Amino acid sequence: MTGGRMADKKQLARQFIEAIPHARELGMTLTELGDGSAQIVMPYDEKLIGDPETGVIHGGAVSALMDTCCGAAVMSHPAAPGGTATIDLRIDYMRAATPGQSIVTRATCHHMTRNVAFVRAVAMDDDQDNPVATAVGAFTVESKF
Amino acid sequence: MSRPRPEPVQVVKQRRDAALAALVASVPYARFLNITFDRRGDELTAQLNFDEKLIGNPFLPAIHGGVTAAFLEVTAVMTLTWANLWERIESGSLDVDELAAGKLPRQPKTIDFTVDYLRSGLPRDAYARATVSRSGRRYASVHVEAWQDHKDKLFAQATGHFLMPQDAAKQKTADQDFVAREATPPKG
Repeated sequence: MTGGRMADKKQLARQFIEAIPHARELGMTLTELGDGSAQIVMPYDEKLIGDPETGVIHGGAVSALMDTCCGAAVMSHPAAPGGTATIDLRIDYMRAATPGQSIVTRATCHHMTRNVAFVRAVAMDDDQDNPVATAVGAFTVESKF
Repeated sequence: MSRPRPEPVQVVKQRRDAALAALVASVPYARFLNITFDRRGDELTAQLNFDEKLIGNPFLPAIHGGVTAAFLEVTAVMTLTWANLWERIESGSLDVDELAAGKLPRQPKTIDFTVDYLRSGLPRDAYARATVSRSGRRYASVHVEAWQDHKDKLFAQATGHFLMPQDAAKQKTADQDFVAREATPPKG
């Protein structure tokens, strides 16, 4: 693929990700899109709280963020022809995200076959030394969006 | 010997439904996704009420994989909390009015959660039921299944492990017991 077409494809991936209704609903912003890597920020919001006693956001919201970011990493991969869908996603929760802080997720599509993309991701809040959660997943490789 | 007269049906139902409503209402994220719960005896069925904001791929369209994961996780945590409280709801030792007023039990914490996506989520309501495979003093293992049109045609399933809320006082006693056991070597 030429440099120009690469840029077009990445632009397409970016547009696709930014058009996802649920990602917009959660206030997700795509802050970086590399060749098979992506970074997405999700701001803290009271509607995402899982435990009202502590104000900690629900694990499900972190899952939604991880899933979006992993999908973005797949679509940004130079060998990806189009869209993607999750086959499986495992998330390990290391600690509760600190209430009030944004969550930043970085995902890498580290291997891709004709049909399957393999992805790893990590989620952080302001404490950069202690991840909030990590994820590993397998995604489909679709021929179009 | 005669058994004690059972409580009237409306008393039992009112107590169980009030406890469930209070628990569900207390989770902002469940309200945001508009997840509601149906109860038959102690069995819960979660319902994800469809809305455009749940869409992940607008071209198909399909429910966002993250929404599916979140739906399954909300169902797992709620079912686990509910199973944990059931005895206390039945015996009446749990004050349902206090629960409704916001005095909530501590929630289990997710350790890990693995979602298996079987087919794409169609733009319509979805249902899920969780089974507590094992619930110990510290850890619990929960399996969740979700479907849309046919109960036997799942669109996603998940397994998760949870750290159970540790009652501070009980935890202290358990720790002391442990220390005491450690200090006294077994005889023989």
